[in-house]
Amino acid sequence: MTAVTADTRFAPRTGGTRPLAGTGALLRLALRRDRVMLPLWVLVVGGTTASAANSLGAFYDTPEERANVISSMATNSSLRSLYGPVFDDSLGALVSWRYVAFMGAFAAVMSLLLVVRHTREEEETGRQEMLASLQVGRRASLTAALLTALIANAGIALLVTLGLAGEGAAGALALGLAIAGVGMVFATLAAVCAQLTETARLARGLTAAVLGLAWALKAAGDAARTDGSHPLTWLSPIGWAENMRAFAGERWWVVLLFAAVVAVQAVVAYTLAGRRDVGMSFIPARPGPAEGRLSTATSLAWRLQRGALLGWGAGFLLAGIMFGSMTEGAADLVGDNENTKEMLERMGGQAGVTDAFLAAMLGMLAMVGALYIVQSVLRLNGEETAQRAEPVLAAAVGRVRWAAGHLYVAFGGAALLLLLGGLGLAVGYRKEAGPLLGASLVQIAAVWLLGSFAVLVYGLLPRLAPLGWAYAALSLGLGWIGPALNLPDAALNLSPFQHLPKMPGNAMEWTPVLVQLALAAVFTVAGLVGLRRRDMQS
Amino acid sequence: MTKAITVSGLHKAFGRTHALDGLDLEVEAGEVHGFLGPNGAGKSTTIRVLLGLLRADSGAAQLLGRDPWHDAVELHRRIAYVPGDVTLWRNLSGGEVIDLYGRLRGGLDKARRAELIERFELDPTKKGRTYSKGNRQKVALVAAFAAKDVELLILDEPTSGLDPLMEEVFQSCVEEERRRGRTVLLSSHILSEVEELCDRVSIIRKGRTVETGSLADLRHLTRTSVTAELAGAPNGLSALPGVHDLDVQGHRVRLQVDSDKLDAVLRSLTESGVRSLTSTPPTLEELFLRHYQDEVTAAAGGEGARAR
Repeated sequence: MTAVTADTRFAPRTGGTRPLAGTGALLRLALRRDRVMLPLWVLVVGGTTASAANSLGAFYDTPEERANVISSMATNSSLRSLYGPVFDDSLGALVSWRYVAFMGAFAAVMSLLLVVRHTREEEETGRQEMLASLQVGRRASLTAALLTALIANAGIALLVTLGLAGEGAAGALALGLAIAGVGMVFATLAAVCAQLTETARLARGLTAAVLGLAWALKAAGDAARTDGSHPLTWLSPIGWAENMRAFAGERWWVVLLFAAVVAVQAVVAYTLAGRRDVGMSFIPARPGPAEGRLSTATSLAWRLQRGALLGWGAGFLLAGIMFGSMTEGAADLVGDNENTKEMLERMGGQAGVTDAFLAAMLGMLAMVGALYIVQSVLRLNGEETAQRAEPVLAAAVGRVRWAAGHLYVAFGGAALLLLLGGLGLAVGYRKEAGPLLGASLVQIAAVWLLGSFAVLVYGLLPRLAPLGWAYAALSLGLGWIGPALNLPDAALNLSPFQHLPKMPGNAMEWTPVLVQLALAAVFTVAGLVGLRRRDMQS
Repeated sequence: MTKAITVSGLHKAFGRTHALDGLDLEVEAGEVHGFLGPNGAGKSTTIRVLLGLLRADSGAAQLLGRDPWHDAVELHRRIAYVPGDVTLWRNLSGGEVIDLYGRLRGGLDKARRAELIERFELDPTKKGRTYSKGNRQKVALVAAFAAKDVELLILDEPTSGLDPLMEEVFQSCVEEERRRGRTVLLSSHILSEVEELCDRVSIIRKGRTVETGSLADLRHLTRTSVTAELAGAPNGLSALPGVHDLDVQGHRVRLQVDSDKLDAVLRSLTESGVRSLTSTPPTLEELFLRHYQDEVTAAAGGEGARAR
């Protein structure tokens, strides 16, 4: 046996031997951990799209009807920026037009959550350290995470293809691939971000910000041209999904574009992963102050959530400015088209076309604001289950005061976001801000109601806290797809946004606003009472 | 020659922090080796280099005769690791995790697994989120001790959170591993545990090894406390080399003496007639404290004192 010489150097920084060892076991581990979440995502995203032919077909049942609606939608730049370009008047093309971008974004969110969950989160919690001490190669966990995302996206593509095959097999396949393609682009992007940041939260935020940017680019590009050929559209993966032109002379080569970007991002992620140590990141955490000034539960909550609020705020302001600057284009609308008028009325407006457009945009911003308030409220659940609430509550801080700290940030932050959105609209539209700010504040009633529902669920049924998302998601879905589906009023009325006055353009109605505010107060109080009485989760 | 671990001149910096600053470590095959040092001394960093989780900036490291970075995966078949803070997946049961770790390592001894679960009084059906810290620790311990064909166990403060009863079970498990010829690297702050289990220890500080050897060797380097009741007045004790902290009250003497100078002190005491005598070898704790307190001395004495 040779003696170990002192000048033995470490081998160059390579993956080591068998870098993929253990991938299969890690993949099974991921699928086992996600045994509920993953099928649910696939069913919701894939199933909703797959059943769209039925639901849309019931509304637009003759080709003439479809042609009529589509021609009016396609000629209006503002509506195009929301829903994308229409390429054909077949039922399949209608489904693709209405769903491809929206479901692509959903697949992207699913993918980024999955990938970050199985990469950076494992490192952040220290579980990766234990796994890496076993027969697990350096590239195994990243590979397993990407394979998990691939399986999920493939599941969605399969559901869409099978469900819509009746409208044309090629188109169904193209639509499925387009949605899954967007998913995989963001899966690999999340893999890159997971190498850069030290926390899973930041990795998710970074990827989600790029997703928001991709949506904005697509919206701007589609506003400018009728056929999705604007360079801005082509900068966005969601734009590529539109440009697959499912059910309208499919462009199969776009699949290669998805594949190329997925491949490049995967290579970047693997290269970065190979250049760093387990648990380390390329954006290192900056040192904090040696002495803290935080002295209350509320200041702690603000400190914990301010970064996220800042990001959301910037997004709302920018989105507001972008939508505001598109408002003039809404006047292009052909005035005497009954279908379009009806569509706009369903979307929220009644009076002038620009007012209707602004009201619709405010409504949309408010629905996104509901997502902010729910995630901010559910931060309580995260703090509790991660045992970080325990030491705070062990100090001289009551549960209600602890919870109130986060709720101030959630409810106050939501109001701030709506104001920023309204301000953005005013800046982009170059009109006085007052009415728009007022109109945006009206929406707060519905947003707070959805937030208070999350408080209620969290306070009373903490194990089911993720259900706090359910009401917001339902309202978002009704607002987005409901108007096109001609759903009965009873269904549409489930969304609190449906009841608020469509402003600007309509007179203020106090009743629904006050009722919703009162309801929000009741839910919040009930949730807090529940929180005070129940056991804390261990 | 059989060395399980050979580390020499290991350096690792995180930004401006030098976690390892020329660390040396040698662990013989078949021994239980204690790895001691104050918080932040670089113990965990060393272990993570040995596991191939970190790549050292310079220096050499060999584990069971191979490169811990390049051959990480092959090596891990022969290594069992227990971290000081075990995190489990919230919705997987403890039993599932033990089997996962076992499969990923290359085999689990079923009978031993059952026996260990019994001895550690672990409920393997509970979900990860419901375990207490001690129980999470047990999950990793069972997985490690039940591992098949493992030659080296790397335990990083493995008993944090265990109750004294379980601490005893842990110690008998390590004893069994030693008898089966396995090597154990045990990083710990529980000095009684180290004293009980370890053949040799290495003490590190600020990323360097300051002391290494058997406990007997180390004791030799330090002081023995002597308390004696004498027949007559002591004389000449203060003049003897190696005597410290001399305290004489009538016929009662307390002193500390460098262990290699003990002989002369005893001679001097017997000259005055000894009525009773207690001589206490330094505890590991005293050894340990001495090295930690050197820090203060070194800071006062400048670089020279630290270079030793």
